[in-house]
Amino acid sequence: MEALWLSVKLAACVVTILLVIGMPVAYWLAYSTWRGKFLLESVVALPLVLPPTVLGFYALMAMGPHGPLGKMWNAFFGHGLAFTFGGLVLASVLYSFPFAVQPLISSFEGVDRSLLDASAVLGAGGLRTFLRVILPLSLPGVVTAAVLSFAHTLGEFGVVLMVGGNLAGVTRTVSIDIYDHVQSLEYGEANRMALLLLLISFAVLSVVYAVNRRVWTPWAAK
Amino acid sequence: MGGEVNATMLTAQIRKERRATRESTFVLDVSIEGPPGITILYGASGAGKSTLLDCIAGLVCPDAGQITVGADVLFDSERGIHVPAPKRRIAYVFQTLALFPHLTAEENIAYGLHDLRDGERRERVAAILQAFRVEKLRKQKPSEISGGERQRIALARSLVTEPRALLLDEPLTGLDAELKSTIMDDLRAWNAEKGIPILYVTHSREEVDALGDRVIALDKGRAIGAGAPMDVLNAPRRKKLAQAAGFENLLSATVLDLREADGVMRVRLQNSACEIEVPLGYATAGSPVQVAIRAGDILLATEKPRGLSARNVLEGRIVSLEQRGTMVIARVDCGITFVVHVTPGAVRELELTTGRPVWLVLKTHSCHLVD
Repeated sequence: MEALWLSVKLAACVVTILLVIGMPVAYWLAYSTWRGKFLLESVVALPLVLPPTVLGFYALMAMGPHGPLGKMWNAFFGHGLAFTFGGLVLASVLYSFPFAVQPLISSFEGVDRSLLDASAVLGAGGLRTFLRVILPLSLPGVVTAAVLSFAHTLGEFGVVLMVGGNLAGVTRTVSIDIYDHVQSLEYGEANRMALLLLLISFAVLSVVYAVNRRVWTPWAAK
Repeated sequence: MGGEVNATMLTAQIRKERRATRESTFVLDVSIEGPPGITILYGASGAGKSTLLDCIAGLVCPDAGQITVGADVLFDSERGIHVPAPKRRIAYVFQTLALFPHLTAEENIAYGLHDLRDGERRERVAAILQAFRVEKLRKQKPSEISGGERQRIALARSLVTEPRALLLDEPLTGLDAELKSTIMDDLRAWNAEKGIPILYVTHSREEVDALGDRVIALDKGRAIGAGAPMDVLNAPRRKKLAQAAGFENLLSATVLDLREADGVMRVRLQNSACEIEVPLGYATAGSPVQVAIRAGDILLATEKPRGLSARNVLEGRIVSLEQRGTMVIARVDCGITFVVHVTPGAVRELELTTGRPVWLVLKTHSCHLVD
């Protein structure tokens, strides 16, 4: 159970950070007219195609005692980043980034442009337009982003193993725990955890699909 | 800012290029003036009407030019002035209305008033809800509100901010004539007190006639006429405008001779033996001219008319009759084909049928010369 709690804690941290960073990035990607935009789009989508071990490997290199991130972290906090919860959060944020940003982009893009123009001519600046118009109308996308990145973080394995290792209570998440149980032939234990993860995943996806059908959008015509 | 406004004038000299297709670019190049009251921007779709409004509202940045309202400069390419849209205080009602779907009518209207204290905001919203007769819809979302009332709410939302000018982009499309005119009456009543310039974009000739006022005709990004609708659209000086203003007959002709004393000249219509008398224009014998005649200005007779003041009587034959609503479009071949509008009753009584010989009667001053 310790492993499950750790996984949930990790996923919650990652979702919070992703929404905070993801929104401005998605806003820029949705509305910028810069021609080189595709470059950033590719970078954002990169974790979708890279094997987790590749991402994990580079993350580990960067966070190690000789890596730039590791050195910086050491200078501020007096200890390394690799094989810590903090390091795990950072790597997970990178790994789940597209799962948060893509739904945000498509929901921002889905907001009728003339509403943004209307907001501007009514005297609202960019931030006010975002908070009063774009965000409320993109709520299903925000929920999808949060839920998908939560689920994705919960189920990740490769990156965690590369960056976090397998320290009980610090970096041993559910998926690692299941692997451990199987390795030690404790199939009963493994099955219990696996089933739990399966149910959580199903529940989470149901939420995403329900929201995207606009089941809960309060302003839709009845 | 606005201050004591007396006769606030909206002026715009704008040049804006836009790539339309891969080969062609669309160029908007106009200079217009909007005095207090309604000025209609009239033109076919693609004439640049919406681009012009977008430039004035600050949603699109012109390549060059100047936009002022009253004493304030909103845009000046030479002085590098570009006041952003939120700071222009120019209201804009879009064709789609663009009401916020997640806010109630009241919240929509209050949207532009975030600078005000709660009390004042509530007062202003209540007053405008009353002026546009939509108080009972306060708590409803746009999706629960009918077409005409949505238009009223969009107008109220724009005007509650006390703008310095109002831009309307075909805001009443899809409403019946009666509803349109009551909304326009409410708008006029509101503006009687405020006296701001209102630019009203439309491609409907009916709306121009119904609204009266001043009209500026646009075609392919250029202003091709300005003034009272009668002057601009009924006596078009340009072929483009004649087409846009619904002159069904646009004919090429050659000048035969000028009769200055009578103020007329005779022309021969191209590729035919038809000779007609038209008002005197800047032309010499032998020069080509364009003549525009409304289908509704042509009389049709089944016998050769006598004793008429009209100078032009042409013999021809009906080629086709086509009923369109309460109007019948007749095509008559007189060597060249004229389009004539007649009523279904006239068709019955005169027993008009395809192939029947008829005479067309054209008053000299129904023949307009265009460039």
